Amino acid sequence: MAYRAHVIISGTPEQAQEVKAALMGKLDTLGLNEEIEVREATGLTPRSVTMASRGVEAVVYPEVVHYAGLTPAAAELIAEEHLLKGRPVQDLFFEEHPAEPLDAPSAKEVRVVLRNVGTINPESIDDYIAEDGYAALGKALTEMTPAEVLEVLKTSGLRGRGGAGFPTWLKWSFARAAVSDEKYVVCNGDEGDPGAFMNRRVLEGDPHAVIEGMAIAAYVVGAQEGYFYVRAEYPIAIRTLRLAIEQARDYGLLGKNIFGTDFSFDLEVRMGAGAFVCGEETALMQSIEGKRGQPRTRPPFPATSGLWGKPTNINNVETYANVPQILLQGGEWFASMGTEKSKGTKTFAIAGKVKRTGLIEVPLGITVREIVYDVGGGVLDSRPFKAVQTGGPLGGCIPEKHLDLPVDYESLASVGSAMGSGGFIVMDDLTCMVDMARFFMEFAQEESCGKCVPCRVGTRQMLEILESICAGTGKPGDIEALEKLGASVTQGSLCGLGQGAPNPVLSMILNFRNEYERHIYDHKCDAKVCRALIEFTIDPPTCIGCTRCARNCPVDAIAGKAREAHVIDPEICIRCGICAEVCPVDAVFVE
Amino acid sequence: MNVATEKVSSELLELVPEEKLALDRILAENRDRPGATMVVLTLTQEQVGYVSPAAQRYISQELDVPLSHIYGVLTFYSFFRTSPIGRHKVSICMGTACYVRGGPTLVEKYQQVLGVKLDETTEDNRFTLEVCRCVGACSQAPVVMIDDDIIGRVPLQDVAKTLRGYE
Ligand SMILES: Cc1cc2nc3c(=O)[nH]c(=O)nc-3n(C[C@H](O)[C@H](O)[C@H](O)COP(=O)(O)O)c2cc1C
Ligand code: FES
Repeated sequence: MAYRAHVIISGTPEQAQEVKAALMGKLDTLGLNEEIEVREATGLTPRSVTMASRGVEAVVYPEVVHYAGLTPAAAELIAEEHLLKGRPVQDLFFEEHPAEPLDAPSAKEVRVVLRNVGTINPESIDDYIAEDGYAALGKALTEMTPAEVLEVLKTSGLRGRGGAGFPTWLKWSFARAAVSDEKYVVCNGDEGDPGAFMNRRVLEGDPHAVIEGMAIAAYVVGAQEGYFYVRAEYPIAIRTLRLAIEQARDYGLLGKNIFGTDFSFDLEVRMGAGAFVCGEETALMQSIEGKRGQPRTRPPFPATSGLWGKPTNINNVETYANVPQILLQGGEWFASMGTEKSKGTKTFAIAGKVKRTGLIEVPLGITVREIVYDVGGGVLDSRPFKAVQTGGPLGGCIPEKHLDLPVDYESLASVGSAMGSGGFIVMDDLTCMVDMARFFMEFAQEESCGKCVPCRVGTRQMLEILESICAGTGKPGDIEALEKLGASVTQGSLCGLGQGAPNPVLSMILNFRNEYERHIYDHKCDAKVCRALIEFTIDPPTCIGCTRCARNCPVDAIAGKAREAHVIDPEICIRCGICAEVCPVDAVFVE
Repeated sequence: MNVATEKVSSELLELVPEEKLALDRILAENRDRPGATMVVLTLTQEQVGYVSPAAQRYISQELDVPLSHIYGVLTFYSFFRTSPIGRHKVSICMGTACYVRGGPTLVEKYQQVLGVKLDETTEDNRFTLEVCRCVGACSQAPVVMIDDDIIGRVPLQDVAKTLRGYE
């Protein structure tokens, strides 16, 4: 059933129900119920990603018009004006970020992995099939040998999207070459980078594409069983996947003798339990086996000895999701996008201090500037751009002078950053690079599994130094100590976590050394973030005495009568900044 | 550790009937799966809300794996809890995106409004406050997750409002 338009409603369940019922009732009266589908956003956006003040929201596809604060009456108006007469109701537009809807592609975007996300119902296998779903699997099983599939992948130039960028065809050919009567394929959906959600959106929005990609991989390497490993923080993704797997079984697309061939394959979802290191492939497999997720040295690589010691192919969610389209449209088509060594598209989660945040998919080779300014709409509040952090806690930052750097695996590595899985955090002049480095180091230190000494002890030592610089007690020589420790942790650690953990600090020192020096020698945090180095004051003439700051202060550090200027006691103040944020007249200053 | 928690943990040495029922069901469905320990523990956490010392012992017996192994797994992963939490869980995201868009200030504010520190439960047992790392809604940063609901772009003045409706 093809619909002319889709309306996706989100909000608290009761209110969303009410609005949905009103909308559907009206569409019925207008005779549009066959043309327009109305759904609640179960799998598309996190459940009720909504603010009390925004109320029920609706997005109308395909034009992606975003409404907010809807009542049943407003929904009826939208049905009549927008859906019947084609006149979007401007008064009901979601104002705060008018161009923001996550699923509205900008002109620079090309959607391969995200092609169905937000446009099909992820809970319906028929929707996926209507978009050529499972056609690639059928083609592979009935018309192609595994070697031919590998050939197409080789032409496409697809590389792993989980971080390292290893050529996918080559990885598959290793697992294929391994001799064993049992083999596995595994999908890495751990997405541990704290600031990224690309895989989540694909799993929630187009689960069958990933399942199909895994089935094709299983056919090529000769596996009969597969596992999804998805982090526990993604309950909707887990639910959506389980449902999708059941539907695929019902349709005979998983299970015995798929497409009437002698190929059999089935899948199971396993839940991660909140350990970043489990995104590392050897740790992940330990976790599936029911153990503490500690990595081990490689070789042997999973392709020869993986799950339960059997040959195993492991790829990222996005890597698998690319495969069906490559088989359908051809390796040359995919290779026509991107740069010489980095082909195709990549999804990124743009977040941080940027106007338009959300998920994007762009051809590799696009510049950092294009992503920040053309796709992201520029820095939030038009503040000066400072840097972008890519590659998450194992990556690095890209300063302003590299804004025209093409985004591909080699270029990012050449400036000391990394592609990672697709986190893209924009930072402005109010972001402190010492504080950021401390943040990432704290993350790495907490997540270090403790198995090897350089990572366990080294990250702790580096964190202590960074904490003291932020606290205003940094000493001459600290920067050099960080550099030295960083080099030895990188060299001596067992797995990618320890090897990558010093990266953010080292790259921030490389590009923003003067900020570190300002903290240590002048006791100044120019971004006004490090609490020990700043002080909040209220400007008496500006203050209108509204008492809001005093009421919101968590430690009662603010005194003053109503309609009179207020004063902050620096002895009590914990520099949380809440007063500055709630002040209606911007009377609170930070020094 | 405060007195209240200690009392709770001594109670957790015996399986309560509903807990046993849930465990038996989870074990029956999953004991033969490869890697059953992890599956059983995550399902217990999900369905019971915590894995009590009594549950740990029961699972160890039933799956025939050493208690030390169970304990090792529980302490390795941050998802697990060994004692119950309040009726609702308030998790403030401190992932990168939320951190740069004001996560730390939000933590201060929730502590103030709820009158508890991180990892504590309010006296009426209504809320437990904690931080988490990226819930995958970075474009809505800063994000708070109350039970399974994700609330994005919370203005500080509205923090109290977000708690309404969770009794
Ligand atoms: C500490 C650490 C965390 C990782 N986290 C992830 C992750 O969350 N998702 C992922 O796909 N790969 C992650 N990786 C990379 C995996 O080890 C592995 O390279 C990847 O899953 C391979 O898939 P690909 O070839 O499709 O990229 C991580 C690596 C390390 C060292
Ligand atoms: S960083 Fe908070 S949701 Fe991603």
